[in-house]
Amino acid sequence: MKGHVWRPLYAVICLVVLVLAARYFMVPKDFGIYERGYMYGFHRKSAEDYWKAFKVKYQFNTDYCRDCHAEKYSIMQTPHAIIHCENCHGPVLDHPTDPEKLSVDKKRELCLRCHLPLSYPTSGRANIRGVDPITHNPGIECSACHNPHMPSLEAMK
Amino acid sequence: MISRRSFLKNAIKGVAGLSIPLSIIGIAGPRKLFALNNVTAGVRWAFLINTYKCVGCGLCVKACKTENEIPYDANVTRTWIERYVHLKDGRVFADTPKGGRDGFTTSKIDLGEGRYQDIDEKDIDKAFFVPKLCNQCENPPCVQVCPVGATFQASDGVVLIDRSWCIGCGYCIMACPYGVRFFHPVLQVAEKCNFCYHRINKGLKPACVDACPFGARMIGNIKDPEDPVTKVIMAERVNVLKSEYGTKPQAYYIGMDEEVR
Amino acid sequence: MVHGELWTVKELFVLPNEYIYWSIQIVMYPFMTGLVAGAFVLSSLYHVFGIKQLKNMARFSLVFSFALLPVAMMPLMLHLQQPQRGIEVLMTPHFTSAIAAFGIVFSTYGLIVASELWFVYRKHFVKTALSLRRKADKNPLDQVKHLFFSALTLGAYDVSGAALHQDEKAVKILAGIGIPVACFLHGYAGFIFGSVKANALWMTPLMPVIFIMSAVVSGIALCMLTYIVVMEIKKFNVRRAQSSSSNLPTSEAIKGIELNEIRITARYLLFFLLFAISLELLDLIFRGYTAVKTWDILRSVIYGKDFTDIFILQYGVGNLLPLILFLWPRLTIRRALVGVIFVLFGVFMMRWNVVIGGQSFSLTFAGYMHYHLPIIPRNWETFKEGLAGALMVAATPFILFWLFCKILPVFSQDSEELH
Repeated sequence: MKGHVWRPLYAVICLVVLVLAARYFMVPKDFGIYERGYMYGFHRKSAEDYWKAFKVKYQFNTDYCRDCHAEKYSIMQTPHAIIHCENCHGPVLDHPTDPEKLSVDKKRELCLRCHLPLSYPTSGRANIRGVDPITHNPGIECSACHNPHMPSLEAMK
Repeated sequence: MISRRSFLKNAIKGVAGLSIPLSIIGIAGPRKLFALNNVTAGVRWAFLINTYKCVGCGLCVKACKTENEIPYDANVTRTWIERYVHLKDGRVFADTPKGGRDGFTTSKIDLGEGRYQDIDEKDIDKAFFVPKLCNQCENPPCVQVCPVGATFQASDGVVLIDRSWCIGCGYCIMACPYGVRFFHPVLQVAEKCNFCYHRINKGLKPACVDACPFGARMIGNIKDPEDPVTKVIMAERVNVLKSEYGTKPQAYYIGMDEEVR
Repeated sequence: MVHGELWTVKELFVLPNEYIYWSIQIVMYPFMTGLVAGAFVLSSLYHVFGIKQLKNMARFSLVFSFALLPVAMMPLMLHLQQPQRGIEVLMTPHFTSAIAAFGIVFSTYGLIVASELWFVYRKHFVKTALSLRRKADKNPLDQVKHLFFSALTLGAYDVSGAALHQDEKAVKILAGIGIPVACFLHGYAGFIFGSVKANALWMTPLMPVIFIMSAVVSGIALCMLTYIVVMEIKKFNVRRAQSSSSNLPTSEAIKGIELNEIRITARYLLFFLLFAISLELLDLIFRGYTAVKTWDILRSVIYGKDFTDIFILQYGVGNLLPLILFLWPRLTIRRALVGVIFVLFGVFMMRWNVVIGGQSFSLTFAGYMHYHLPIIPRNWETFKEGLAGALMVAATPFILFWLFCKILPVFSQDSEELH
């Protein structure tokens, strides 16, 4: 074949070289095939570090709050002991420095998450005592009468 | 011309070569992973969900959204709770309003498009809640289909996303049979549950596990025979979601029902 | 706002993260690649199989498939949430993904078409470049043109009979390689959908074949449509110019060529159309007959929610009507024109019903999602993934084709100019 026939091929080769050069500069150096092989483990290794370094917001540590708020730990003798402080008081983050004060969710809807009665057989929900929010003192915060840290009806305010 | 001898030789080589990847596929069952423990000690995270214990309070969803910086009011979530109500007449209703973020504070079933179904307590045969999250499959189809290697499985089995490499094609979202993936509303890259990778690597438990007051959610290392979760998975009757896809999901359920998909 | 929430309406039990993530641009993507592949196959019918009657159509459809080529990638770029990272598909391709090889297959195919075009029009490039070189007083425009055409020759100025014969051979070889690559490019688009095991409607090994067949149908239809339009314009021009010069072909002569060309092409169109319909019906019947777990929800979508889209618009208007129009004896240009428009519409609806239809039911098999195409572009997102974006994609190949016609003698009747 005459030489000119191969001209487009040369152009193609130039393009391929260009792409390969771009790859050399663009692909992160830690990109490769790791533990799970090419199918599942082809990635940039430092992406794992990104997730490991992600900020923790909730401590969910039963003893974390005790140093300062020991008086609230009476809750541990009640059925509400199973609920972590942060579920109602919000994430600790860097409290007490940032934020200095945690907010508390006092909405009726928070209590209704468990205490709206749904008598579902085969579900734990059926075993929780509940109230009808429409007839049971509508518009008033639950904590006006019930102490969430001492929820038994006998200890009503 | 190929001689019979060389043909046989090559055929044997070929079959032997094929059987190696096949044997790799075979190791994903919990029993096998457990057995593998003797050879390669390490961590393989697995999740255990007890649907009898779940009361649908949604504190797990609430905690997850805050912990993982998913905009609280965006209608996507890394974990969610489904409610199933089986009626005596055979009808089954299911819903997951806002992914169960605010719990289930009405007996009405959300039918979408602003319509609700009233349910009479007396008509109920069985009803229960099912928490869902990423299954961290042993054969994750979402990872298989990522065209650029922006999602991958770490050595401990957790499937992660490389936020700075994802091109946002959405193929992984399409490939997941469990609907756990979505586009992050702010970053516009693929997003999903990763068992709170930052927490489990610091010795903490995932936010949803800790937030659950009823112990419906548990996480464990399936390679550790002494792990309470591993013990339950090995000794009790557990099930996984949509096993027919061959994904080998690693979120095990106690009290699973046929209607749960 | 969550991506997808704008145009998705959920009904009954749908998982919280489920939205119609693949919207109109992903409908456009297989539609456009289908046109590319189809147009190329049509041109190859002449170059490879030597179907002489298609000579005019072949040259034209080759250029057209090249004009369509960049447009096949446009919907993907408009669809990506991070389009600036799109190049990563070439940087770190993960070949276990059905779309990882897209960049490579697509560029391979593009280069084949480009080289084929180069061989076909090389003589034209050389002639133009040389005539511009000889021109004594070049104005700036001529200089630019000279540079441009000189670059296009790639430095090969040999236009002797032997060299041109070599070109012809190269075209034939390239067209031969091009057919499987074109089919691969598009069958591949089908594979992207067919291999999604999580999607009950998409997952079928027939998907790539169905896609190729309907691709060829749509490609031929579009070439016929454009050919008719161009010829009509030509006739109009000839009629206007008739008074001033007499050595132009008469409008009757053009009409004769046009009708002949259209009738032959229509036969190929019919063949591929019938094949495509048979495969699609086979798929439907098979699903109903085997009736696996997912059939309940699929049936409610196919025969219920999407009945109009599938049976009236796709099969009725898009397949049955054109079949009647083309099979009716004594095909006229006007009837062919209406027919090909219906065919194009039908193929578009088929893409729509696959892409949108496949996402119109939930992974729970107990809920539905409805798609509402954004019409008015209120922001960037509703523009690019709305009607405006789709129309932009649809219009671009015609603009490119018009540009190519400025460079290449696509409609030249001079047989000396071309092979």
